[in-house]
Amino acid sequence: MRAEAKLGLILLLTPLLLWLSLLILIPHVDMFLVSLRERVGVNEYRISLANYLTFINEPLYLRTFVRTAVMSTIATIITLLIAFPVSYYIAKIARGRVQSALFLLCLVPFWVSELVRTFGWMILLRETGLISNLLQYTGLADGPVEMLYNDAAIMVGLVYTSMLFMVVPLVTTLESLPDEVVEAGYDLGGSWFSILREIIIPHAAPGIVSGSIVVFMLSLGNYLTPTMLGGKDSLWFTELIYSQFIVRFNWELGAAFGFLLLGLSSAIVWGMLKLTGQTLEKTMG
Amino acid sequence: MTPSIPQSRFVTLAYTGYVIAFFVFLALPLVVVAVFAFNDSQFPSLPWEGFTWNWFFGTERPMIGVFHERPILRAIGTSTFVAVFVSILAVGVGLSNAFLFNRYRFPGQGILYIFMLFPLVIPGIVLGISILVFSSRVANGLWDVAEWDVEALRPGLLLVILGQFSFIATISTLVIAARLQKFDRSLEEAAMNLGASRITAVRTITLPYLAPALIGATVVAFLMSFENFNTTLMLVGSDAPLTIAMFDRLKEGSTPLLNAVSLLLMLGSSCLALVMIAFQRRG
Repeated sequence: MRAEAKLGLILLLTPLLLWLSLLILIPHVDMFLVSLRERVGVNEYRISLANYLTFINEPLYLRTFVRTAVMSTIATIITLLIAFPVSYYIAKIARGRVQSALFLLCLVPFWVSELVRTFGWMILLRETGLISNLLQYTGLADGPVEMLYNDAAIMVGLVYTSMLFMVVPLVTTLESLPDEVVEAGYDLGGSWFSILREIIIPHAAPGIVSGSIVVFMLSLGNYLTPTMLGGKDSLWFTELIYSQFIVRFNWELGAAFGFLLLGLSSAIVWGMLKLTGQTLEKTMG
Repeated sequence: MTPSIPQSRFVTLAYTGYVIAFFVFLALPLVVVAVFAFNDSQFPSLPWEGFTWNWFFGTERPMIGVFHERPILRAIGTSTFVAVFVSILAVGVGLSNAFLFNRYRFPGQGILYIFMLFPLVIPGIVLGISILVFSSRVANGLWDVAEWDVEALRPGLLLVILGQFSFIATISTLVIAARLQKFDRSLEEAAMNLGASRITAVRTITLPYLAPALIGATVVAFLMSFENFNTTLMLVGSDAPLTIAMFDRLKEGSTPLLNAVSLLLMLGSSCLALVMIAFQRRG
């Protein structure tokens, strides 16, 4: 029996270890090693920090990095602000069938490829698009209005794409808040604002944290939305990674960029978990 | 604010209005994509030139429909091929992982569990390039050592499958483990008391119990693979899956053909989602 249990353990452990080592651990270590090498001749390399120095010394790279981080943060905040009232409505105000129908409706758009969603926004926002036509029809604009290819369009796309990942954790945490607690707050003379601040938001904190982490990460790593909806000046850091790897064939610099993106995203995830005393198992599992 | 507390009519109306506006915002891009698939024009935009099925069934230029557009059909085939392999791999490994974490206690288990969650917090594009870098190193190494040219390790379908599998496996593990957690192990013991071997007990008792989760995990894995863009973009070779093929076309300018493909995608994924919900209800 003992030997059988041991054999079972080994059999089950093998796929897990193969997966995590060959597809996650070793490739990332390898990417880090590649980012540390500098080409000094044909097939001649030496270890140096040259790629990271290039990143710091080239204003375009650094600016794009900071811009991506800032815009992802803004996108996360906007998503939270839009999603919170809706989640509260679904969790606390809607009842029975309406409640489950609304929740399901929130999920529907996300069964569709991100490409299709982005395409939808392109049709809506472009110069010959629906909103431009609507504005002209109602007399609010004299000629065609181009709303695509700017930062606001990227923001709309990012918020739209991430919405589900904010709504689901928020609804789940808000549902566990008993109505009586909110009523007690009113009975004790609290205004709606103080109840929101002192009862609802603290209770929803775990949902807010896990939603924000996922939305931030998805925005940071997004390639499609900034490429399709953004203009020539609105570069995203993932676009730099892509161009170094596929267009310029400078894998060393591209790997350094990839590592920086990974570092930023891990640092934010870790920081948010530490700040709020949550763990990765609870947030993701 | 709860239903039990009276609110002024204005507040209630404004709140309901906001929620309705939110759902309009959610639906708008998808509705627009679907509607313009039927526009009898070269562009998916206004003016509306009349209703047509040509973007689905058209056979003549300039309106070749989806069902006669070879490259798109081939891309759908490629995506399906990849998605089938990814879901088989992900569900198999997920099932094995679920049993491992549920049934065994071994040193380092906690750390391994946290490590298993990492693929969810690694940006997809980084997963893609790290696998690209590593596989090229292996391929170059094999060439240097044995003059062995392993085509499979260059960008192509195998790498796409592995790249997608690397994070979808985490999701299928979580889905299956969640259901295995709720399983009453005394059922398995009862079967063994009645003379079944451990394998038979698992096969006849535990696996049927897990069936809804297995189907759920398969559907989720299939859809996530079919729709994946970031990881695939970095690993793709000459056979482009559908999302990549559509992306390339979209960059050149769009025709309602893309709307038609998108509408089919929406229908396909809603059907799969319904299948999954039906099985979940039964389970």
